[in-house]
Amino acid sequence: MERRAFYQNPVLPWLLLAPQLLLVLVFFYWPTSQALFWAFTLEQPWGGGNTWAGFNNFLYIFGDGRYWATVARSAFYAIAVSAISMCLALTLAMFVDRALKGTRMFQSVFVWPYAIAAPAAGVAFRFIFAPEAGLIGAVNEMWPGIWNPATNGFHALGMVIVCHAWLGIGYNFIFFLAALQMLPKSLSEAGAMDGARPYRRMLDIQLPLIAPTVFFLLIMNLISSFTDSFGLIDVMTEGGPINATEVMVYKLYVDGFKGLDYSGAAAQSIVLMLLVIALTFVQFRWVEKRVHYN
Amino acid sequence: MTAITLSGVKKRYLKNPVVHGVDVTIESGEFVVILGPSGCGKSTLLRMIAGLEDITEGTIAIGDTVVNKLEPRERGCAMVFQNYALYPHMSVAQNIGYALKVAGMPRAQRDAKVMSVAKSVGLDPYLTRKPGELSGGQRQRVAMARAMVREPKVFLFDEPFSNLDAKLRVAMRAEVRNLHRSLGVTSVFVTHDQTEAMTLADRLIIMNQGIVEQVGKPSEVYHRPASLFVADFIGSPAMNLIKGQFDAIGNFLHGRGGMLHLPGAASIAAGRDVTLGVRPEAVRRVEAGTRGAIAAVVDYIEELGAARLVYADTDGNRIVLVDERTDALGTGMPIHFTLGENDLHLFDNADGKRIEMRADHRVPSLLNA
Repeated sequence: MERRAFYQNPVLPWLLLAPQLLLVLVFFYWPTSQALFWAFTLEQPWGGGNTWAGFNNFLYIFGDGRYWATVARSAFYAIAVSAISMCLALTLAMFVDRALKGTRMFQSVFVWPYAIAAPAAGVAFRFIFAPEAGLIGAVNEMWPGIWNPATNGFHALGMVIVCHAWLGIGYNFIFFLAALQMLPKSLSEAGAMDGARPYRRMLDIQLPLIAPTVFFLLIMNLISSFTDSFGLIDVMTEGGPINATEVMVYKLYVDGFKGLDYSGAAAQSIVLMLLVIALTFVQFRWVEKRVHYN
Repeated sequence: MTAITLSGVKKRYLKNPVVHGVDVTIESGEFVVILGPSGCGKSTLLRMIAGLEDITEGTIAIGDTVVNKLEPRERGCAMVFQNYALYPHMSVAQNIGYALKVAGMPRAQRDAKVMSVAKSVGLDPYLTRKPGELSGGQRQRVAMARAMVREPKVFLFDEPFSNLDAKLRVAMRAEVRNLHRSLGVTSVFVTHDQTEAMTLADRLIIMNQGIVEQVGKPSEVYHRPASLFVADFIGSPAMNLIKGQFDAIGNFLHGRGGMLHLPGAASIAAGRDVTLGVRPEAVRRVEAGTRGAIAAVVDYIEELGAARLVYADTDGNRIVLVDERTDALGTGMPIHFTLGENDLHLFDNADGKRIEMRADHRVPSLLNA
């Protein structure tokens, strides 16, 4: 039988909840409701009065080819970031799980990137990828002009993707390692006795068994790629060159705060929010059902 | 056919030695059981044969090949794990066929082979089930089928029955025995259950604290234990072990003034601290006044049905005997017993090793002085 604590006093639980509720209301529901309101009205750039616009703001952005280009770019960005980050984290976790030398040290070392603020990492990676002086810039000494994220859109996008993926590795690593260590060691040993090499065992035995974790991380990474890229892009490329790194979250910032199109930006942020809600729903709906082992 | 040769095999974890140097040859087609208390290094030894643990020192050869540096897949061993280690996301058929799939055997051939092996262990109705949907005994069979399907040169069993209930354990024991009889594959079986070990083994390897105490047929180990540890470990109820000293003329002095006269042993054991061992089933209860009878006082009695175990005190030492009489017997009552001269074991207290009494050391009858 489940034991639940309950309070005799009807006011006390609300008082205990109040700080958290206040935070959520002020910093989440209030801005969200504001954005929702703006998305359906036409706001004046300098404030003061608005006009009901119905779905016109949405119709406008959906009719804009440049917006769809941003959506496609965001999707590519999210998939690339999630794939790179998860694959690297999984590889590292596999090695650490096999208890190679120095495992204990790597366990903490691999998590550090997660503790670094995105803009700080962005600045660091700008140096690393700088075409004139950075580590990667050295290729320009051999083949002049082959690498320049300041002018080449693909280079710029790739640079931001690498940086974002790097930031996520620590988080993914922790989850992968925890999932791998939950698996009985004898399963892997049975695989070894059955003749499978480590890579084959990973594909046939470990990966299917940590599928729920993989799925969970995939959703978390996609969400993070859609919403957390702002800091990096703002520091590294400011959406350039020629919008090559302009993803949804950055475009809504530019339109809203630079272009002062509050209504259009609000509509975009509602679209982004619905996307995240959809991903979260998928996560809650399926992640629980796909657990193989008991 | 494949023999396994272990020479000077040692295992250390960091600085901790767990196996101290094992030299054993397991003959081709033999069923060998490694028996010992938990933590004696028996599983480690098995895992070294399998290739799941590095060998710190010494060599292990399977057939003519030294396998120290070989990966598990290259050694031709199949293993049945203690917790079965079935792949929970695969069906029974996939579990059994995984090794063949990894080896790249074509689908049709693989399915036929899986089917025939599954039939032989009575699993054919369950091929599509997942391990989670099987009973303990069925899972055990899947684990065995998975080992059999590869047609290995060596079978390794790591306490495979420890999760089964007593009845199923006896049944599986018979199945393993039959399996070995029909396939004749060299098998190494690790267990801490001496009944399991005695019934299954062609030969026993008895280990204690990383050392091999004795290697021999079950009956040898039972009738001529090589050390105090083996004497104490094998047999239920355990052997009576009485510490004492021999004087110069062959009197065994023990407890509070107890004395047994073994003149023949004088030459080999005179003046030494020894332990005298005798199995409870070899202690015969007799009437008072019988020649050679030793007196004791009953402590308590355990009723077993067919017989009873009488725990008694003789001159301050505990002696257990199997008593088939049904007369009224209770705590504090006097009884008498004799010891058969061929049933006595002597062990040196200094090193725990057996002191061999040759035939001419034995006396025709034993006198209680």
